[in-house]
Amino acid sequence: MEILAYSAVELSAAIKEGKVTAVEAMEAVLAQIDERENTVNAYVTIDREQARKAAAITQEKIEKGELTGLLAGVPVAIKDNLCTEKMRTTCSSRILENFVPTFSAEAVINLQKAGAVMIGKTNMDEFAMGSTTETSAYGVTRNPWNINHVPGGSSGGSAAAVAAKECYFALGSDTGGSIRQPASFCGVVGMKPTYGTVSRYGLIAYGSSLDQIGPLTKNVTDCAAVLEVIASHDPKDTTSIKRKDTNFTAALVDDVRGMRIGIPRDYFEEGIDVEVKDAVLAAAKVLAAEGAIVEEFDLSLVPYAIPTYYTIAAAEASSNLERFDGIKYGYRAASFEGLHDMYKKTRSEGFGAEVKRRIMLGSFVLSSGYYDAYYLKALKVKAMIKKAFDEAFVKYDLILSPVAPTTAPKLGESLLDPLKMYLGDIYTISVNLAGLPGISLPCGTDSKGLPIGLQLIADSFQEKKLIQAAYTYEQVCNKEMR
Amino acid sequence: MAKQYETVIGLEVHVELATKTKIFCGCSTAFGGAPNTHTCPVCTGMPGSLPVLNKQVVNYAMAVGLATNCTITQYCKFDRKNYFYPDNPQNYQISQLYLPICRNGRVEIETSEGKKMVGIHEIHMEEDAGKLIHDEWEDCSLVDYNRSGVPLIEIVSKPDMKNAQEVIAYLEKLRMIVQYLGASDCKLNEGSMRVDVNLSVREAGAETFGTRTEMKNLNSFRAITHAIASERERQIELLEAGQLVIQETRRWDDVKEYSYAMRSKEDAQDYRYFPDPDLVPVYISDAWLQQVRDNQPEFREEKMARYKKEFDIPEYDIGIITDSKHLADLFEETVAICSQPKKVSNWLMGETLRLLKEKNMDPKDIIFSPKNLAKLIELVDSKAINSTVAKEVFEVMFDKNINPEKYVVEKGLKTVNDEGVLRKTVEEVLALNPQSVEDYRNGKEKAIGFLVGQTMKAMKGKADPAMVNKVLKELL
Repeated sequence: MEILAYSAVELSAAIKEGKVTAVEAMEAVLAQIDERENTVNAYVTIDREQARKAAAITQEKIEKGELTGLLAGVPVAIKDNLCTEKMRTTCSSRILENFVPTFSAEAVINLQKAGAVMIGKTNMDEFAMGSTTETSAYGVTRNPWNINHVPGGSSGGSAAAVAAKECYFALGSDTGGSIRQPASFCGVVGMKPTYGTVSRYGLIAYGSSLDQIGPLTKNVTDCAAVLEVIASHDPKDTTSIKRKDTNFTAALVDDVRGMRIGIPRDYFEEGIDVEVKDAVLAAAKVLAAEGAIVEEFDLSLVPYAIPTYYTIAAAEASSNLERFDGIKYGYRAASFEGLHDMYKKTRSEGFGAEVKRRIMLGSFVLSSGYYDAYYLKALKVKAMIKKAFDEAFVKYDLILSPVAPTTAPKLGESLLDPLKMYLGDIYTISVNLAGLPGISLPCGTDSKGLPIGLQLIADSFQEKKLIQAAYTYEQVCNKEMR
Repeated sequence: MAKQYETVIGLEVHVELATKTKIFCGCSTAFGGAPNTHTCPVCTGMPGSLPVLNKQVVNYAMAVGLATNCTITQYCKFDRKNYFYPDNPQNYQISQLYLPICRNGRVEIETSEGKKMVGIHEIHMEEDAGKLIHDEWEDCSLVDYNRSGVPLIEIVSKPDMKNAQEVIAYLEKLRMIVQYLGASDCKLNEGSMRVDVNLSVREAGAETFGTRTEMKNLNSFRAITHAIASERERQIELLEAGQLVIQETRRWDDVKEYSYAMRSKEDAQDYRYFPDPDLVPVYISDAWLQQVRDNQPEFREEKMARYKKEFDIPEYDIGIITDSKHLADLFEETVAICSQPKKVSNWLMGETLRLLKEKNMDPKDIIFSPKNLAKLIELVDSKAINSTVAKEVFEVMFDKNINPEKYVVEKGLKTVNDEGVLRKTVEEVLALNPQSVEDYRNGKEKAIGFLVGQTMKAMKGKADPAMVNKVLKELL
């Protein structure tokens, strides 16, 4: 088997069996990066020397039997909003151009302990604000399926790196769909776990109450394996939850018989591309054929999700991003007169347009006199959305939907109309507002040859149901391909 | 007739809590230390860091709230107060606005006009900021984050006070409560207690409040008293001149004894408060609340009442000893060993306070043990040493906490009780001072005092004065 064709779990198994080495795998990935990176631009930072060194050390440990996990020896790419000790972490922003963290994110540490080997940091929308990876200060990332199209965002670099085989898997973060949507656009698997499952310590916050770290992988098995490694109860993050059911690979079972799946009728009415709609409904038929009980229902409140999300996320972001002021680290304007002017110039020059737009929006909804009308109301709607999902999960094990209304748009199209871009988040956003787990997996391509994504949503802590259904669907697709 | 004005005062008191570690990270709260050595990613606002609440802060805040008769908010939250300033590494301060931990309390104060209740609007928890240091030489500002994240509680009173005397009585009362809880040392001059005075004036008998100002930078009771008088006068002058008082924050200059406006309400910042999404709400269970309630110490009033019943010492002594919990603890522990309350009280009220004042120390800095003080009292009681020697020994004990018994033996300070030795010395003294002997014999009784002194000197102070007197009288 060609070394780059392995999935993460297959590669680790091959290394442990002595068929390949971690060093060879890393060399293969670095060679692929050399070939593809000029066009794809999935990475902001690559440390080849460190990656080779780490691969060699890992290989030794595997040979000594010190590393036996499912991901031992596997090269991984990390989204550039996850802190990595001694490796520059920019959030794809000019304001953190030269920022080198003094510690690594808990999720990164968990991966490294399990023997995954870091290649570098992937491109993203600046501070995870965007749906196309075009708001990065370090150039756009291109969709490996068609380089004239965007890879989605904000974890576009991570999704593109997996799709272009520039890594075996990647970590992303998802605040309103930032893992699932690029996974869908790039034809890979992506999951946003239940809020609190993966520690946010070391994740540079966008919308703290919505942010969650998750995997982007080649298949469902890898997704379960990565989630199993990164999920942890972390006392450094008070929103992290103690879970005992994190043996997610145990749910890799090819069986959906009796599983109740609801399809929200409201998701298929307006604005959805007909090819996307057909592919997703076809996927539902596949699951029904496998024994799932599939029916349509009304989710309600769908039109309120986007304004609610953009109110809460922008409010939190406006505060979270205050620390980037040129005083302690990162970019500082070259010339200024006095403190106020330094803040103003540093932040005006350091942040891009989309970030500024959301800081202004967030500052507005929190300002005196508007707080009740916007922020507080948004929190109330958020609670109602959660309740609507709670009611749905009384009847259903899973909710099935598209990930995005369309396939990947062309480069340069989306930023011309930010409101339209925001509407593209309609199917993914509610999942964050309700704190639920959601998975995105490939379910075909459109007439342009661009991947279409299928989203499955489960109740809090029911990732295993997602994995089981996704795995079952994937098995059918694999059989069809053969 | 000139108009009569009354003053309305409310206070905002910040108290730095005596926890070992900061409110949201494990860094030390110790004062001093080289700049930026008591810091970590959390208290320097590094990207990706997250706060974790120190439970002891909640315990202290609850204890102060219970002691000031507040209602405890059993489901409370932290909010972010957003403002840009370099001493604040995140550019927001984690504080409490919407659901503060304590609400609606009161304390009783006593002034020359009698007793009075002062209401407490709320008490909330928050983090302190770092310190800016301006480097004149390099013409730049440096920031030290050692203090960033040190826990504070802010005690907000109702506008229930009307003069400086009441304000001082209220602050003394708060200080006493907080010190008795061990929650802070409450030093105005070191900033572990910071007082902002909100003051307005109105015509006597008016129903509505006047426009208030907020006075900052008050580092002593003296400064507070002067600032209140000055601000009252300034506001009355404005009103008398037909002008309006502007709602603003003013800074007191203690040297010039004058305040100047820092910022007015018009340019007041919009802090854009909202619940901090990084911190889960604090749920205080009934059991937790009860535990704090059960651990409340005996406060000063209760202690004073008990002392009156238990110990035969003057009320004046009780007042002074209970003024400091450290002194009261020392008193009780020593009495428990030697059962001589008045003598213990005398040592504390006399020599101890004298030395504390002389050395500019606080009762909490006392190092000698109750056991050693009890031993010293025993040495005097048994006439092993006389009171002059005892005072010398005490000074050494105050500095080094020596064992007085051993010290007296080592230094040969024991009173000489051998009458033979004493008699021989007295004979020598009499022989050397014939004039005094004659004066005495001629009826000048005072002359014996000189002879006692000479004998004590010859004995190097180690004689029992009563015995010297007795022998002298025999030989004369």
